[in-house]
This record gives sequence, structure tokens and C-alpha cells, in this order.
Amino acid sequence: MSMTDYRKDFPALHQEIQGHPLVYLDSAASAQAPSVVIDAVAEYQRCDHANVHRGVHTLSHRATEAFEGAREKVRSFINAAKSSEIIFTRGTTEAINLVAQSYLRPILKSGDQILITHLEHHSNIVPWQLVCELTGAELVVAPINDQGELKLDALYELMNDKVRLLAIGHVSNALGSINPIQDIIAEARKFNMAILVDGAQAVPHMSVDVQALDCDFYAFSGHKMFGPTGTGVLYGKHARLEAMPPWQGGGDMILEVSFTRTVYNDLPYKFEAGTPNISGAVGLGAAVDYITAIGAENIARYENQLLSYLSEQLATIDGLQLIGTAANKASVQSFVIDGIHPHDLGTILDHQGVAIRTGHHCAMPVMDFFAVPGTARASLALYNNRDDVDKLIAAIRIATELFAE
Amino acid sequence: MNEVEQAQEELVEEFSFFDNWMDRYQYLIDLGRRLPEFPDAARIDKNKLKGCQSQVWITAKKVNGRIQFQAISDAAIVSGLIAVLLRIYSGRRAEDIVNTPADFAAAIGLEQHLSPTRSNGLAAMLHAIKSFAAESLEE
Repeated sequence: MSMTDYRKDFPALHQEIQGHPLVYLDSAASAQAPSVVIDAVAEYQRCDHANVHRGVHTLSHRATEAFEGAREKVRSFINAAKSSEIIFTRGTTEAINLVAQSYLRPILKSGDQILITHLEHHSNIVPWQLVCELTGAELVVAPINDQGELKLDALYELMNDKVRLLAIGHVSNALGSINPIQDIIAEARKFNMAILVDGAQAVPHMSVDVQALDCDFYAFSGHKMFGPTGTGVLYGKHARLEAMPPWQGGGDMILEVSFTRTVYNDLPYKFEAGTPNISGAVGLGAAVDYITAIGAENIARYENQLLSYLSEQLATIDGLQLIGTAANKASVQSFVIDGIHPHDLGTILDHQGVAIRTGHHCAMPVMDFFAVPGTARASLALYNNRDDVDKLIAAIRIATELFAE
Repeated sequence: MNEVEQAQEELVEEFSFFDNWMDRYQYLIDLGRRLPEFPDAARIDKNKLKGCQSQVWITAKKVNGRIQFQAISDAAIVSGLIAVLLRIYSGRRAEDIVNTPADFAAAIGLEQHLSPTRSNGLAAMLHAIKSFAAESLEE
């Protein structure tokens, strides 16, 4: 099967927007779902739905099997050692907040440091600022260069024994830069810091092995990897998770409750208070199957070729400046065009059926670094092809004519 | 027919000459470029509308019982939409601003821009215009 054949699996791509065939280039914000994911969610709702972990009846067993089956699929997908290391969350944001509040906040003292980078999404900045405000700890930011790559020497110089946690994106959402995460983790291991990787933009595009990476935590979202919204995963090393107190209290996260003493449930349930997003997890499991069947390496190879084509074609447009030109990139190209506000560009492209993201991409520090209020960002997934790129370029040319003085 | 309704009707007629979206946008962009200069001193946070992808600044003052608005955006299409709103609402009586529904948007093919779920600030600007007029009536 050719890589370009997978497009037919995604029903949402086969529609017209304002009289033009949809060209969807906003998968870094949210990817479309293939029929197998949509059907798995519908099938669960139609036939197997009940609450998990409690009932003795057949549907509750089926729901529990579907939910725990999805956890096992996710475990295998990122090669975690145990399925109890897979915590289901609402998304990457909740996974990071869980680590901030449950792992970091109880041990953080004034004078401690949290190390992040200039590339981070707001979700990997603000949760740390919140715990810094509460504890007097300091947020330290590693710099980037003009290509949008981390300055590794500077990052390594910022590592020391005051750093309690390194929180770093695997792939930048605004620029697509892939950080050499394996090398960075090896360097961080020389000190006594925990390591969290924000993998939201990585998992749809490359294979991830959390044991090989040796990170303490790895967070990602379902909806960026063709799964349902409101699903996400926190991977944590068993010993780390075991030592952490629960974050949210409620049903399912307890073994025994009285007014004087409550005994918490085992991992992973200790961190999954309340009825979980069962149908979402089922959909996420189907998305994992879908990616696995195609092969993460095949996806990465195909998308790399397409990204090169996208960047080359964009560069042929007069007055267009590529933002983010790292040597090692995944699936994203940001750009600005002289005299055209990104918001105006997005509006004119929408009229031609082309969906891109415009604005600050929840990464205002990155925008500040490049001294732009925002960028236009085209992002790719395995269902895009050269025709999408050609239509984007043609639509941009019409926009540049429209805005010519 | 009050002045606001009359201005709306004129605009709808003007836009009816365009039979495709590109011409409509070209005209809108031109209207935006012809907006009167907005003083740098007024480009301050107090005058900035929240919740827009582009930046929008707006000021209002009451002169001889009529409300004068001034506004600008850093985005061209939004500036054009501002020009449309100012044509309709600036220099009108507060009660006409408050009491006349903004039903011109659909007629000129720009309703998507005025939807409150759009993050372009136009709905916020319309709200600001109407709120200022409503407050001036209470004084």
C-alpha cells in the first residue's frame, strides 16, 4: 500500500469548504480521525457501554476490558514496562499539570529550579509558573538560535543540582524543531533531576520508546494522533508514580473510605478519580492500532519528504519568510509574508478551502523571539499529499495578489 | 428609517455590486486602508479589545448628542470590517445605535466575521459600540 492511499480512511477530508475541496493543514492543532477510530467509539457506545471497574454485569465487564485493552495498546505503543505506568488524562495539558501538582509541588522549595526551553508550548510553561509562585522556586529557560533549534551547550550549562525537573518538548508545536531528546536526557541524568517530555507533537509523527529514552514522565494527547479529543496520556516510571500522592480525589481512586481514613487505590487508578473517558480511551486505542499498522517509521519517512516539499515550495513565494528552519524537523512549517497579517492570510485561504493555523500557536515566547505577533503555520499528517501543498501555494499566491498595494 | 438603518441599507447596496468573494474582500481591504489615522497615543491596553487574533483598538466620545468612534487594527481585513462598522455606527445617536439590530452582515456576505465564536474581535467590537451607546443613554 502506498502512503498516499491512507487519505481515503479519513471521512472529514472528503468535503468541500466554500465550494473548494478541503485542504486540511492544521493537524498540529488537531488531527482528523480515521473511520476505524470513529467506528470504534460508536461501536462502544452502541453495544458495550457501562461504567468500568465496578459492575459484575456483562456490559461493565466489556467496558472494563475495552478500557484496559486501550491502556495496554498505549503501553505497547510507547514501550512502557507496565500498563500501570499509563495514566489516562484529558490531554497533554492535564498530564503536565498532574506532574506539577502531584510530583513537583510537594518537593519543591525556594531556591530550587525548574528547567524548560524557549520552544515550549504554554502548557509546558504555565503549570510550572503556578508551582513556582507557590513555592518560591525559579523557572529557568534554555535559549534557542535563529533557526529555532535549542542551544544545547547553553542548555547543558543550565543543568545543575538545584534543578528538580527538566520539562522539555520533544517536538516544537510552533516551529516543528525536533529536540535531540535522547542526548539531552543522557546529559540531565548526570544530575539528580526528574525529566518530563512533552510529546504531544511527537507521537503522531515518529516512534517513541520511553524505556530507551529513560525519561521519568512522557505526556501526549489523543486528538493529535487521530484519536478523540479529551483523551491523553501521562506515562510515568512506576517508582516515581508510586511515590506521588493522588492529585484529584473521588471514586475509582480509592480502596477504602471512611471519615477518618482513606486508602488509595493502586496505580494507575490512584490518578484516575471519577468515571473516566471510556469511549475516548477506546478511540485512542483504535488510533494506536491504526498508526501501528502503518508503521511509525513509514509515517516519519513520508512526512519528512512532504515537509521538505512544503518548505521548498513556500520559499518560492516573494516576501515569504520561513520561521523555524531547524535541521531536524517534523511536520510543521511556520511562515510570515511581508505586508500580510497572518490572520488576513488565514481568512483568504479559508475562502479557498485551505485550513491553516494563524496566530501565536500557544507559544508566545517563540513569537517574541522572532519578533512577530504571530505566524501562519501549515502542519502535515500522514493523510496529506503534494496536491495539498500545491493548493496551499496557489491559494497563497491569490492572497498576495489581493493584498498587493 | 433611522440613520443607522439608512447607513446599513447603503452598505448592503454597495456590496451587492460584487458577485464574488475576492472582489468583496478587495473592496473591504481598500476601505480598511482608507480608515482615518488612529493616534499612536490611543494605542494603549485600555482601548484594546480582548479575544482577537489581530489587535483592535477603539475609542469613543460623545459630541453634540452623537457618538464618534475611532478604531484600527493591525490586520487589513479586520480594518476593513472596522471601516464598515464605523460607516454604520459612528456619528449616530445613541438610541439608534442601541435599538437597531446589526442585520447587515449577512446581507453583505460577511456574517461569518461577526459570529461571536470567531476570534477576530469583530463581535467584541460590535459589543463595545453598543455598550458605549447604552452607557451614554444611562448618563
